[in-house]
Amino acid sequence: MPQLDPAFFGTQLFWLVVSFVVLYVIMWRLAMPQVAGVLKQREDKIQGDLETAQKLKEETKSVIAAYEKALADARGQAQTLARQTADAAGAESARRQQEVSDRINAQLVAAERRIAEARAAAMAGVKTMAAEVAQSAFTKLTGAQADQGKLTAAVDSALKGGA
Amino acid sequence: MASPIEQFKIERLIPIKLGNVDISYTNSALWMTIAVVVVTLFLVLGTRQRALVPGRWQSMAEMSYEFVANLLQEQAGNAGRVFFPFIFTLFMFILAGNLLGLIPYSFTFTSHIVVTFGMAIVVFIGVTVIGFIKHGFHFLSFFVPKGVPAAMLILIIPIEILSYLTRPVSLAIRLFANMMAGHTMLKVFSGFVVALGVLGGWLPLAVNVALTGFEVLVAFLQAYVFAILTCIYLNDALHMDH
Repeated sequence: MPQLDPAFFGTQLFWLVVSFVVLYVIMWRLAMPQVAGVLKQREDKIQGDLETAQKLKEETKSVIAAYEKALADARGQAQTLARQTADAAGAESARRQQEVSDRINAQLVAAERRIAEARAAAMAGVKTMAAEVAQSAFTKLTGAQADQGKLTAAVDSALKGGA
Repeated sequence: MASPIEQFKIERLIPIKLGNVDISYTNSALWMTIAVVVVTLFLVLGTRQRALVPGRWQSMAEMSYEFVANLLQEQAGNAGRVFFPFIFTLFMFILAGNLLGLIPYSFTFTSHIVVTFGMAIVVFIGVTVIGFIKHGFHFLSFFVPKGVPAAMLILIIPIEILSYLTRPVSLAIRLFANMMAGHTMLKVFSGFVVALGVLGGWLPLAVNVALTGFEVLVAFLQAYVFAILTCIYLNDALHMDH
């Protein structure tokens, strides 16, 4: 078996040590730091991306909150405005109604007064006419002139009783 | 027809003598050199583009790195991190040696007991030294299991010491024997293919195809086993929770 030939033990061990040490130094100084660097770089990149994503997510959240606040403010303003407008319109219409009803009342009062005057005038006319009718009837019956004062009083009382 | 163990023969490519010691550059040394170059190129060129989304090659390079890192982390915890370059080199060197050996006409340096034992003894001595540096003479209590009756210790302590001392032997022989057996089998079946010719050679050829696949698995598995056992020994020395 060639493996057990002591003649080659020395050279094999010698070249084993040489090649192993050379490989060790290359791995330790060159290859492993390079691989580790690549892995680190990737890890950092992933970590960085995750942090950016987190930051963006929070930014989005704050933007949404601001938007909702603006929306709520606008809604509140609109409601205030609508209420103010409705109040103003209500007051205006109440004022107009008042005006109209005042005018109608005034016209009503004037009309009642005119009616009363007309009635008084009519009544006065009726009295004069009654007194004249009574005078002429008295004259025709008696041939004498009736006392004007008594006649008037009689007409008055008849009118009062008749009325 | 070459014998199945012909492939393990070492040839001097460049004869060198250092005093009395023969340190000729052999085919074994050549394939160790190739392993160093291949592992270096695999990792350095693989991650050269530093792509954020890795391609296949870069993925493999990163995977090998993370695989050994996780292995060490799981077995030896944070205290073992200092030895990561060593464990990683060990794993990649053995893996490259095993895989390169599967190339026809190549040489498998991990099929030589001297090489595997060389690595095993470095691990063994290293781990023992770390144990003594970390725990001083208290490290010797590693051989005295807790909760064992005093009378039993006379028997237990020698067994514990023996089992500790056989660690490098089992580590070396496991890798060497696996590689040698696999390659011998491949060679034997290749011999059958030639011997049985066009008519009968197909069956051993099919077996050889299956064996080659199996040997790729063994190449990974044995590199993994060597690395994980080293990590476990390291953990024993670092934490001593036996």
